[in-house]
Amino acid sequence: MKNFDYHSPKEVKEASKLASSKSVFLAGGMTTIPSMKLGLATYKDVINLKGIKKLSGIKVSGKVVKIGATTQHAEVAKSKEIKKSIPSLAALAEGIGDPQVRNRGTIGGSIANNDPAADYPSACLALNAVINTNNRSINAENFFKGMYETSLKSGEIIESIEFEIPSKSNYQKLPNPASRYAVIGVYVARYKGDNVNVAVTGAKSCAYLDKNLSDALSKDFSTSSINGVNISSKGLNSDIHASADYRANMIKVFC
Amino acid sequence: MASLVGSRVERKEDKRFLTGKGRYTADINIVNQTYAIFIRSPHARAKIKKIDISKALKSSGVVDILTGEHIAKDKIGGLIAGWAIRSEDNSEMKCPANPPLAKDNVNFVGDPIAVVLAESLDEAKDAAELVKIDYKILEAVTNLGTSMESEAIHEGIDKNLCYDWLLGDRQKVKEAFEKADKIIKLDITNNRLIPNAMEPRACVIDYNTASEEITCYTTSQNPHLSRLIMSAFGGVAPENKLRVVAPDVGGGFGSKINLYNEEIVCSWASKKIERPIKWVAERTESFLTDTHGRDHITHAELAVTNDGKFLGFKNETIANLGAYARVFGTVTPTYLFGPCATGVYIMPAAYSNVKAVYTNTAPVDAYRGAGRPEATYTIERIVDKAAIELGIDPIEIRMKNFPTEFPFKQTLVHQIDSGDYVAGLNKAKEMSDYDGFTARKKESESRGKLRGIGVTTYFEACGIAPSPVVMMLGCGVGLWESAEVRFNPTGQVTIYTGSHSHGQSHQTTFAQIAADELGVPIENIDIVHGDTDKGTFGMGTYGSRSLTVGGIAIVNACKKIVAKGKRIAAKMLEVSEDEIDFNNGEYLVAKSNKKKTIGEVAFASYLPGVRDEVKSPLPEGDEPGLIESSFYDPANFSFPAGSHIAEVEIDPETGNVKLDKYTAVDDFGTIVNPIIVEGQVHGGLAQGIGQALTENAQYDDTGQLITASYMDYTMPRADNFPEFNLGFTCTKATTNPLGVKGCGEAGAIAAPPTVMNAVINALGGREIDMPATAEKVWEACNEMKKTNSEAA
Repeated sequence: MKNFDYHSPKEVKEASKLASSKSVFLAGGMTTIPSMKLGLATYKDVINLKGIKKLSGIKVSGKVVKIGATTQHAEVAKSKEIKKSIPSLAALAEGIGDPQVRNRGTIGGSIANNDPAADYPSACLALNAVINTNNRSINAENFFKGMYETSLKSGEIIESIEFEIPSKSNYQKLPNPASRYAVIGVYVARYKGDNVNVAVTGAKSCAYLDKNLSDALSKDFSTSSINGVNISSKGLNSDIHASADYRANMIKVFC
Repeated sequence: MASLVGSRVERKEDKRFLTGKGRYTADINIVNQTYAIFIRSPHARAKIKKIDISKALKSSGVVDILTGEHIAKDKIGGLIAGWAIRSEDNSEMKCPANPPLAKDNVNFVGDPIAVVLAESLDEAKDAAELVKIDYKILEAVTNLGTSMESEAIHEGIDKNLCYDWLLGDRQKVKEAFEKADKIIKLDITNNRLIPNAMEPRACVIDYNTASEEITCYTTSQNPHLSRLIMSAFGGVAPENKLRVVAPDVGGGFGSKINLYNEEIVCSWASKKIERPIKWVAERTESFLTDTHGRDHITHAELAVTNDGKFLGFKNETIANLGAYARVFGTVTPTYLFGPCATGVYIMPAAYSNVKAVYTNTAPVDAYRGAGRPEATYTIERIVDKAAIELGIDPIEIRMKNFPTEFPFKQTLVHQIDSGDYVAGLNKAKEMSDYDGFTARKKESESRGKLRGIGVTTYFEACGIAPSPVVMMLGCGVGLWESAEVRFNPTGQVTIYTGSHSHGQSHQTTFAQIAADELGVPIENIDIVHGDTDKGTFGMGTYGSRSLTVGGIAIVNACKKIVAKGKRIAAKMLEVSEDEIDFNNGEYLVAKSNKKKTIGEVAFASYLPGVRDEVKSPLPEGDEPGLIESSFYDPANFSFPAGSHIAEVEIDPETGNVKLDKYTAVDDFGTIVNPIIVEGQVHGGLAQGIGQALTENAQYDDTGQLITASYMDYTMPRADNFPEFNLGFTCTKATTNPLGVKGCGEAGAIAAPPTVMNAVINALGGREIDMPATAEKVWEACNEMKKTNSEAA
């Protein structure tokens, strides 16, 4: 690991000011630190956000679950309020990595990193999430741009994520046997008015809403309704653990 | 005192290891040490055109940078193959030079080229980035199947062929095959594995400028052997000026048998810069440069009669040696493989033909089981295929071909002293509730799942020793083992063993057997190992040989102690030797209450002058002290055997394989400590199941290792395993006084075919290669559905 300057601001404004093209925000560090150790990434400044108190915490009010950006996966997993309002979200958090990762890794970090196989992005898309930053509020649909790419600008910091509580929801994933990341993860959420969102992670450069599956389940919320949906393997990820064809098939299996 | 052999004595090692108080090589720091970073080839095959170290040398903190040029100039030798294997045409095997630092050519990704020595690790890494190397990249040979048709990697080694070896009789096999009702044919690959010891390799070198002695702390399974090779072949220092210490070592599994480039380079460099050097591998370096295991392609045929009798067996195998032949690299796919390829069966005719080839991949060497897992996988897969094709139950076909009389002359090499294969398989059948499988299969099917059951019976030749035999087969050294037992004057015992413990719990097992021999409490016995300056000599730990060879050396040295003690006791008790019995640590005079404890005798042995009424306790001709040593060379290998039965449940929608039940019944002869033996079986099974279901080292066409981290190389985890159901049968080895056979490799040998036979059974006989990963199994399930619907 190369030397860097370490900062631990107490306020979001201060953190934002420290940011430059050669800096990185650090939350749980579950991706950033291994990348630095392997020499894949080097930074002049590492800005730790964990000292900013207001970025952490869970609040459920009315139709919304609001989770602070530096809230750890383990906190989401064990939150009684989330288990009651969106049990699938708590279950998703419980299934991320291993206990060490869940006790360090944060929701904001996961979303900002936008790993193609991360779990949280699919939750954001399926649960009509709004991502609040220090500058603006971004709808999940406009947030995830591509592999490790988001619409965040330099110095922009995620403060919280708001999820709309669905009437029914579920998240199922086929874990990569080695890394336990999602080979395929499918998040299904149903809202009043029978509107269903199906978000998929692990299949493409980043998580996405599958329109065909969403439409089919919106029309008829039953297992048989997705039988007729054709999922093409074109453009899907392919690696030593799963071919594009296998992924295409698994999307339906896990839907 | 009750016998300790056979009892569940808690491990002496527990306190140290379970409380984090082990002392590993990386824990050792020496004042004024420098840090080494190796510069490695990023290419699988290339010519080194130019190395420019000028800029790097000026980098902050750099002490020196040494290259292949420097090491060649100092005439430091390279790494060696320990076994000379001859081809069928009697020609000698062909091995390329393997210099510690590549000078002209690199042959795998990770091949070391230069070493940077600096005041700190960070400075060494920074400087390493400034070393400029110009390569001429050449086309890499990475495909094992076509390696013999590819361009030769090493000059003078045609077809990349190290040897084309034959064991057995082609003519006899031909005749046997002509008599067969049916020939069963099988094509399989044995997937390449990376050993993944928890502790990465490391070395810390301390050169004493005054005594000119080099001390090399290293992660080795056999420090004496490392010293021998480093001295005799590396020419780093004479043996008396070279001390190799392997302190606590966190797992080896064969990958730490070899002396590696880094130990030679750092030892040589430490003398050159007159400073200590520390090197610790990063995990990526472990993936790239630890010796890998397995990697065979095999075509096998089994000749059978319609009622399931075996008439003959043959296999044609291509074995991958990787870029260079290392210590056990050439023997693993030959004498450790071929003889066991006929399995536990009466096989009237057989041969094994193995072509070992070089490729631009990491060297392949012994990995837990070494050759015997590959052999067992071959025979047990083809026996199951025969059972399917002949419509015979897999257990029945095995029973039909078992030898029932021992000693049993196995087809190709071994004379098996003892065993009872029928009893083992019967026990496994019962413990696994084999007969209840049909009901369990139905239950699985009611939930939309497929269930399969798999059986394996195996034997292995281990306790790798008899020097005359192994040397006749091509081994460059004798494989005896030594021990020295020292009685301190105040009665405690220190035992020096040449075996090395890196997870095997020798401190407990060896103390148990010595406690029984000497009648001394186990608390008073200490086992010392892993230091060439302590004790006599050793050939190390591999091939399940520690107890069967090293342990017996301890027994024999203890017997010498007891014998000398008896002479002393007789003198002290003023009776003749034959009037004395030794029992439970006491020398007793028959029909009297006169006795001396072994502790009293030991004390007296150090006080040979006039004391009290006794003139001297030492009989004429005996020297003072109570220290004895033994070099033990057994008469034969040892032959553990067993029967394993597994059940898997497959989800046809995803192809996910769940190992649901695993029963292992093993015959290890006498078991000294059941806790430790069960742990060894568990570990072996975990690695064997890993091979069957998850692990696979893969290179791409250019020779890049694409499974070079735990993100891609799938180590099995606890949730991949069911609770193991272990059982034991016991036929004692007749070739050693304890009747022990060895247990370290059994699980890794038996599990791959057991699990795969279960998977294939679930798939209705559809064959797939290891590892049975989800997508592969899913495809087979789809084919099955298709066939079933077509049939319907």
